[in-house]
Amino acid sequence: MVNAQPQTTTTTQHNQDVILRVTNLKKHFPITSGVIVQRQVGAVRAVDDVSFNVYRGETLGLVGESGCGKSTTGRTILQLYRPTSGFVEFEGKELSSMKGEELRQMRRRMQIIFQDPYASLNPRMTVGNIVSEPLRIHKLRQGSELREYVEHLLERVGLNPFYINRYPHEFSGGQRQRIGIARALALEPSFIVADEPISALDVSIQAQVVNLLEDLQSELGLTYLFIAHDLSMVRHICDRVAVMYLGKIVELANTDELYDNPLHPYTQSLLSAVPVPDPEIEERRQRIILKGDLPSPASPPPGCNFNTRCPVSFELCYHPPDPELVEVKPGHWVACHRVTETGL
Amino acid sequence: MRMIVKQTFEVLRQLSARPLSLIGMLIVLLFLLIALLGPTLAPYPYDEFARDADGMVQRRVPPSLAFLFGTDQFGRDVFSRVLWGAREIIVIPGIATTIAVILGTSLGLLIGYFGGWIDELISRGFDSLLAIPALVLALVVLTTIGSSGISVILVIVILYTPIVTRVIRSATLSLRTVGYVEAAKLRGESTAFILFREILPGVLPALVVEAALRFSYAIFLTASLGFLGLGVQPPSPDWGYMVNEARETFSRTPWALWFPAGAIALLVIGVNLLADGLRRIFRYEGSLI
Repeated sequence: MVNAQPQTTTTTQHNQDVILRVTNLKKHFPITSGVIVQRQVGAVRAVDDVSFNVYRGETLGLVGESGCGKSTTGRTILQLYRPTSGFVEFEGKELSSMKGEELRQMRRRMQIIFQDPYASLNPRMTVGNIVSEPLRIHKLRQGSELREYVEHLLERVGLNPFYINRYPHEFSGGQRQRIGIARALALEPSFIVADEPISALDVSIQAQVVNLLEDLQSELGLTYLFIAHDLSMVRHICDRVAVMYLGKIVELANTDELYDNPLHPYTQSLLSAVPVPDPEIEERRQRIILKGDLPSPASPPPGCNFNTRCPVSFELCYHPPDPELVEVKPGHWVACHRVTETGL
Repeated sequence: MRMIVKQTFEVLRQLSARPLSLIGMLIVLLFLLIALLGPTLAPYPYDEFARDADGMVQRRVPPSLAFLFGTDQFGRDVFSRVLWGAREIIVIPGIATTIAVILGTSLGLLIGYFGGWIDELISRGFDSLLAIPALVLALVVLTTIGSSGISVILVIVILYTPIVTRVIRSATLSLRTVGYVEAAKLRGESTAFILFREILPGVLPALVVEAALRFSYAIFLTASLGFLGLGVQPPSPDWGYMVNEARETFSRTPWALWFPAGAIALLVIGVNLLADGLRRIFRYEGSLI
């Protein structure tokens, strides 16, 4: 899986300005045993050879079931986890070899919005402190200018600037998520990893937060990596979608193409689980129900990772090499022997 | 800062609302006052032998108006000695606990946050230290460096730093991957800032309870070492040593044992009630913040 660089994508509606280039990214968490002198006895392959590009101004969705490595991918890109191998190139600069001050300066340009609005805000800091802390550390604004800017940020995310001296516990989940967004925006980043930003919110609040994210994107020209498992929300907000399974990307395409014409059997089963609001179509919806559970990422099966649950697997799928992510149609990438061997 | 003041008041208010915690708080307050003012309030110096009008030493006088707690076998006023002794039994464990808590908190934050082999090394080292019975360890240290107030402090620090470290380490473990800590990393905060501004406030409840508990154990340990004659040396009015002296003549001067022993018990119970009250308050984090 060496040439899996979807950089030759031609049909994307965006210009070819690549803001983030992820190449053969791996993040393995070692499993150790022994006291003090530790031996590594294995590794959880949370992210196992992932490559993709993100274009400036787009929203790339990253979907997959729990434990497939989507959050780890996001955190490794941000260098919250250092990659085991592979490269993350952001705005033309290679991040995985960066350290200290250099990395700190780059981090201003990339921020994260967390899933859990309760754990992501320090309960012992005021909203003003939470939002202004990034500016203080980077010495960007001071005094009354800082306060004005923070109030402006709060207003921008739809909060009353009057709340600046309140503590997080005085807010609802949706309001807390807005505070988290204001904090992420404080350093004026160009790229934001949204790590399931709406999963923990009430359905009625989800739409508000998604609309806010979309407004901010068009206004500030932000690029999002939108990690989620709500497929209908992903269809709504994302320009392109990457599907992950057990640490690998199995399919990557423009949103409409992926939803209308999913090629990978895993994507097909995922999409078949999305309810349709039209009762007549819903009635006829055929669900593809997968057998078995997700294998442990510490010992993925030989060959294709999906072969233990795949309804259309054949001989080739059970032996190495793993299927490579190949462009079967312009802009539509899929990693499946069945698709590449037998055609579409 | 405003938050800390507000929280302290809130803690005090909640403590006062529970009768047992209130009693504990009052007892501790009483002993603090005695420690502060004891020598001024005491009717006699701690090492003076009381004499009557004829100049006879008044040994073994039962409690009376002249001698509230009676006199011991040497004729010293037990009430005065208890008052004088309060300072040491509070100051020594107080200093020792403070040092142990500061050291233990710093270490616990560091090894909990960074993990890895340094964590393994320190944790396992402390585990083996804690496997040795406290008193045995205390005896070894005190016979090596000699008995004094400083030595007792050192013993307590050696014994309690590992325990505080363990508590803070486990509290830190649960916070190091929490969203706001990752957000701090992502905006480029220094490790010191993350440890002390982001994580420390989160482990503060565990820290306060642990500190109160350690203080009560430290009082007990100080008294035990005094009883064994390994603490502060006579004629200093050490409550533990007073109990030991009175033990030998218990049948004739039981009051000389009752009062210092009672003082130790009351102080330890008071601190424990207070610690228990704090634990109850902090168990429901949400009620505070």
